[in-house]
Amino acid sequence: MPPKLSITLNGESTTLASNKLEDLLDSLNLKNKRYAVEINREIIPRSKHSSYELSENDRIEIVEAVGGG
Amino acid sequence: MDKTLKIGSHSFQSRLMVGTGKYKDFEETKSAITASGAEVVTVALRRTNMGQNKDEPNLLDFIDPNKWTILPNTAGCFNAEDAVRTCQLSRELLDGKAFVKLEVLGEKKNLFPHMPQTIKAAKTLIDDGFEVLVYCSDDPIFCQELDDMGCAAVMPLASPIGSGLGIINPYNIEIILENSSKPIIVDAGVGTASDAAIAMELGCDGILMNTAIAHAKNPVLMAEAMKEAVLSGRKAFLAGRMPKRETASPSSPTTNLIE
Repeated sequence: MPPKLSITLNGESTTLASNKLEDLLDSLNLKNKRYAVEINREIIPRSKHSSYELSENDRIEIVEAVGGG
Repeated sequence: MDKTLKIGSHSFQSRLMVGTGKYKDFEETKSAITASGAEVVTVALRRTNMGQNKDEPNLLDFIDPNKWTILPNTAGCFNAEDAVRTCQLSRELLDGKAFVKLEVLGEKKNLFPHMPQTIKAAKTLIDDGFEVLVYCSDDPIFCQELDDMGCAAVMPLASPIGSGLGIINPYNIEIILENSSKPIIVDAGVGTASDAAIAMELGCDGILMNTAIAHAKNPVLMAEAMKEAVLSGRKAFLAGRMPKRETASPSSPTTNLIE
């Protein structure tokens, strides 16, 4: 069993089995959706999602567009 | 014919911009936006819901960013840092597009803009290459400052966000218009079609509204009304209204009366 990784995702603490950002995004069923990812207050451009490796205690924000004025 | 509305690097035929908040569902949002004829559509940025409903539709599945110019806002931000962060996330979300509505609020009850923080955020964003459309108070000096520092459009409130009170201080709007070198877009407070027409008759370059349409009993019909009001008000401004006078002036000849 790979060691589990503790992270905070959109304000909620959770643990991940994989340290690959791509695996997390896949598990959230975000394919074909428009979203932006920020880790520890730094934006991770879409082009780097597939190679990005998460670290213990990362604070991940995933945001999307919603109705607003 | 009217000239196009130029905001930063963008040009628009419609002078009405609309929000996407407070609608019943995305179908209604799209119908109302389509009826309004708006080319610029505002959206907010929020955390993606990590709940169970993974097939929940996304706003941008209905409002195609290739068809409308999406103007992400910074609603809900109460300081410059959060507003700048939100704009940077929106640029990533929208494939590098850096056309944003900056709003930094001062307090939650009346949602008046926090102008010192707004100016601070505007400076950072402009330096970072954003085209900033800035929601602000209807204070002529602040509006001038935002104009001078290079905001793409200055957007004074007509009255508090979502209040529907119309233009509370048309004299301020007139002073702001006199001194402006950038488009002046009235943002927030419009309640019904006549409010929109008044703003355009004053000479505003455009109007941004959300609640007036979304919270009408029939949003799609109100969207059409707003489209027409903005066009009518604009035409009346370009036509130049007759001077007001304090006494009557007969419209029919006063000579050769039948006696």
